[in-house]
Amino acid sequence: MPTVSVKRDLLFQALGRTYTDEEFDELCFEFGLELDEITSEKEIISKEQGNEKAEGASDVILYKIDVPANRYDLLCLEGLVRGLQVFKERIKAPVYKRVMPNGEIQKLIITEETAKIRPYAVAAVLRNIKFTKDRYDSFIELQEKLHQNICRKRALVAIGTHDLDTLSGPFTYTAKRPSDIKFKPLNKTKEYTACELMNMYKTDNHLKQYLHIIENKPLYPVIYDSNGVVLSMPPIINGNHSKITINTRNVFIECTGTDFTKAKIVLDIIVTMFSEYCENQFTVEAAEVVFPNGKSHTFPELAYRKEMVRAELINKKVGIRETPENIAKLLTRMFLKSEVIGDGNQIEIEIPPTRADVIHACDIVEDAAIAYGYNNIQMALPKTYTIANQFPLNKLTELLRHDMAAAGFTESLTFALCSQEDIADKLGLDISATNAVHISNPKTAEFQVARTTLLPGILKTIAANRKMPLPLKLFEISDIVVKDSSRDVGARNYRHLCAVYYNKNPGFEIIHGLLDRIMQLLDVPPGEKKRGYMIKASEGPAFFPGRCAEVFARGQSIGKLGVLHPDVITKFELNMPCSALEINIEPFL
Amino acid sequence: MADGPVAESLLRRLEAGDGGLDSAELAAELGVEHQAVVGAVKSLQALGEIIEAELRSTKHWELTAEGQEIDREGSHEARVFHSVPPAGLPQSELMRLPSSKVGFSKAMSNKWIRVDKNAADGPRVFRAVDSVEDEVQRRLQLVRSGQAEKLGEKERSELKKRKLLTEVTLKTYWVSKGSAFSTSISKQEAELTPEMISNGSWRDRPFKSYNFSARGILPDSGHLHPLLKVRTQFRQIFLEMGFTEMPTDNFIESSFWNFDALFQPQQHPARDQHDTFFLKDPAEALQLPMDYVHRVKRIHSHGGYGSQGYKYNWKLEEARKNLLRTHTTAASARALYRLAQKKPFTPAKYFSIDRVFRNETLDATHLAEFHQIEGVVADHGLTLGHLMGVLREFFTKLGITQLRFKPAYNPYTEPSMEVFSYHQGLKKWVEVGNSGVFRPEMLLPMGLPENVSVIAWGLSLERPTMIKYNINNIRELVGHKVNLQMVYDSPLCRLDVEQGSPQTQETT
Repeated sequence: MPTVSVKRDLLFQALGRTYTDEEFDELCFEFGLELDEITSEKEIISKEQGNEKAEGASDVILYKIDVPANRYDLLCLEGLVRGLQVFKERIKAPVYKRVMPNGEIQKLIITEETAKIRPYAVAAVLRNIKFTKDRYDSFIELQEKLHQNICRKRALVAIGTHDLDTLSGPFTYTAKRPSDIKFKPLNKTKEYTACELMNMYKTDNHLKQYLHIIENKPLYPVIYDSNGVVLSMPPIINGNHSKITINTRNVFIECTGTDFTKAKIVLDIIVTMFSEYCENQFTVEAAEVVFPNGKSHTFPELAYRKEMVRAELINKKVGIRETPENIAKLLTRMFLKSEVIGDGNQIEIEIPPTRADVIHACDIVEDAAIAYGYNNIQMALPKTYTIANQFPLNKLTELLRHDMAAAGFTESLTFALCSQEDIADKLGLDISATNAVHISNPKTAEFQVARTTLLPGILKTIAANRKMPLPLKLFEISDIVVKDSSRDVGARNYRHLCAVYYNKNPGFEIIHGLLDRIMQLLDVPPGEKKRGYMIKASEGPAFFPGRCAEVFARGQSIGKLGVLHPDVITKFELNMPCSALEINIEPFL
Repeated sequence: MADGPVAESLLRRLEAGDGGLDSAELAAELGVEHQAVVGAVKSLQALGEIIEAELRSTKHWELTAEGQEIDREGSHEARVFHSVPPAGLPQSELMRLPSSKVGFSKAMSNKWIRVDKNAADGPRVFRAVDSVEDEVQRRLQLVRSGQAEKLGEKERSELKKRKLLTEVTLKTYWVSKGSAFSTSISKQEAELTPEMISNGSWRDRPFKSYNFSARGILPDSGHLHPLLKVRTQFRQIFLEMGFTEMPTDNFIESSFWNFDALFQPQQHPARDQHDTFFLKDPAEALQLPMDYVHRVKRIHSHGGYGSQGYKYNWKLEEARKNLLRTHTTAASARALYRLAQKKPFTPAKYFSIDRVFRNETLDATHLAEFHQIEGVVADHGLTLGHLMGVLREFFTKLGITQLRFKPAYNPYTEPSMEVFSYHQGLKKWVEVGNSGVFRPEMLLPMGLPENVSVIAWGLSLERPTMIKYNINNIRELVGHKVNLQMVYDSPLCRLDVEQGSPQTQETT
């Protein structure tokens, strides 16, 4: 969930009233936001870097507000205030308009070289905008929030904003070999080639995270003006030439990306949020984008869409009984201008360009419910009549684990993920013999594979509890995972039961007795008969030679028991003899 | 018959005399160690009201070993004086005597002897007076005869400083007859025996009283894991509410069931390598229900069923990618898909509690795997009010009655609501679960009828368990670093009963 940090006093000024922290928290809760933290720049720095560093930092109170991940229109102070003011019916939702310029329209021409790396671009102009320090900071911050969220760290969309008065159109969006791109990047005084830049930014804490997007591509995307000035090399860096400042009056905005829909949404959000500060409030100057196929489109789209929903549907989905007029009013408070039309039961809802999250009637239903107040909805129990059933494997597991405890064994709960070493080397096996599923992106060795046996987890549990009085008698009934090409995903779980006895003597007879008890509980008689169970001398690298037996039940091998091999004991950092049993319980379902 | 000869003498003397007697005096009279009398007193006390014994402590002075020697043989200085014959003695010879080290200088300062340093054969010692009074010996003799009080405070402390006297505190008992005094007491039995039962002798025997303030011996037993005890209770609650358990025994899931089927777009951050464990082997799902896959593809890329869709290029390769399921909602999706294939539609209530996996940064409350609890109801005409009603009943069974609901965003539910409960300990509202109505874009491609709604909620098993059992570090609860003592000691899991933990404070 993105967190937006706003200055409290600036927020209250824009809202036209003050709130206590509790009142504002309550308002957020009702609207679906969360007042996450009340802090200041000074407090943040002092928490992160110590009191000395915080010396002289601003102690203006900041509200950190958690915003739902799909509400891009609430990612800046301007949007938050507009949303809350409309919600509280203090203002009407503004209408965003695209206008044609008095002179020639700004043009961005996309060349076909971009197709393989970053094929889409959209653009718009904010004309006669008036920045202040706070507005400028918010403008930059909004781009950062969009980059981190909907733009997926610039992979899907990257935003460039430029001082239009320093440039001269038409603009060209193309892709070139890195060595052929040379310009002065943002906040640098010298020109660098793209190769040099990529090298330089490897150590830049902010920019290094974006390099991978184009790093290994033969051509890098780049935007030029008609004089060959570089506007930007998306998604990495803008040029210094067209850098916007607090005094910039005309802003050229370009969004390039691999996802056309998202690029259009991002452009719509930026211009709707900041056209508030244009001389003609809430108007945006159009720009023309010419695609490699020669077709041209005008942006921003700023599309208003009409949806039709019956009042009855909303009442039925929420569980309320409101008149169509009231429901239209509720929706209007959520920035969805609505009116009752037709037979008096139809509601026509206008979805503004800021609400790209509304894609289905269910989104409209939710907004009606929020405006109504979740906590005002009458609770009711569904009349759904059903008979409950347990999942048979879990039912058996529940019964068995209680009787395992009754037999004097203590339940452990170990991780399903572990290292290759745990399931292979430490048990004297080669990893290829385990049939384990392998994780491709583990952050540490602890998460290399899914366990193929419960034994390592229990032995590690004993190792972590060596201070406890002996004997230690532990068990676990849980799932292991192995590859299985007969399953849709190519792998399956098996429910295993594992028990370990750890003491000064190996206690094979105790583990053997436990097996006998388990079979008694499962109503499996001893003997070679079809329904019976037996153990047969066997061997395995994890067991001491001559002290290992295979368990057969209901005509199949279900596991092994025996005294663990001293090498296994030592590899798990243990020093006492130890016997163990591990079986698959699924044949007993 | 008394417990021993000392106890018997004690009882006889108490019977003969009136008043009482002092344990130390009795020891002196009987010629036994004082400790023997104390033992007798204690064993008689244990029998009940036979005697009364009052502990007294008295202080008296005793001679040290050196003091006793002086008492017998005179002070060191006197012994030095007496060693010097009238004709004198060479100092070197005198100094060989055992008492001389201390005695010589003392005798000199008392002016009892003198030294002639100019004698022919070296320094020679002579008597300076004819006779001496050995005051030190006299004082020590007084102490020995029990008349220490005749000495002044100053004299006593001087002797104490010379380590000839010590002050001793003696704990004695003043013993008198008790309310059930008797000289004929018998030895008490420790335990009832089979013989006593068969021959009836238990009727006539006294028994030693038990110490009820001591702790008993804990039985040898096995123990269930606290987290799984809580799991059992949650299963019980769902079963009480008529919910059927879904199969969740497949940790490996395809991206299709984990994300795509839930209408979670392929660029969603949760599908990032940083959040999800993907598989290297087997890297891809072998089979997908292709008819259904096509409907899912269409809803993502083009919309449909009244939805705009996400309008992006949906890729089958992305859906095939295998992963460790990030939520049990993947299993719910499979269950709902199976339900959708049954015609006609029958209402269903489902639940599951099982492991899920996240490739997250680990800390005191986050592990790479945890248990998710999920409840699902599918029926015609379910409302948000129904969801809230079911949640109220569910949380009431957990002992949580103060609830409120906050609008939230989940990719696959709309409307969505986070569930908060008021925490008395923290004095604030804390999130206890997440819930919502599954999106039509998820349900309709499965083939569920249009007027069927599916409400669902989820929470983690670890969080309520940590609150219940007052555990701050999740590693002490889950995984091999568990504290087994904690497992041994953990009480029953009774979610709706107050036990003084923060969780139950919520219930009040």
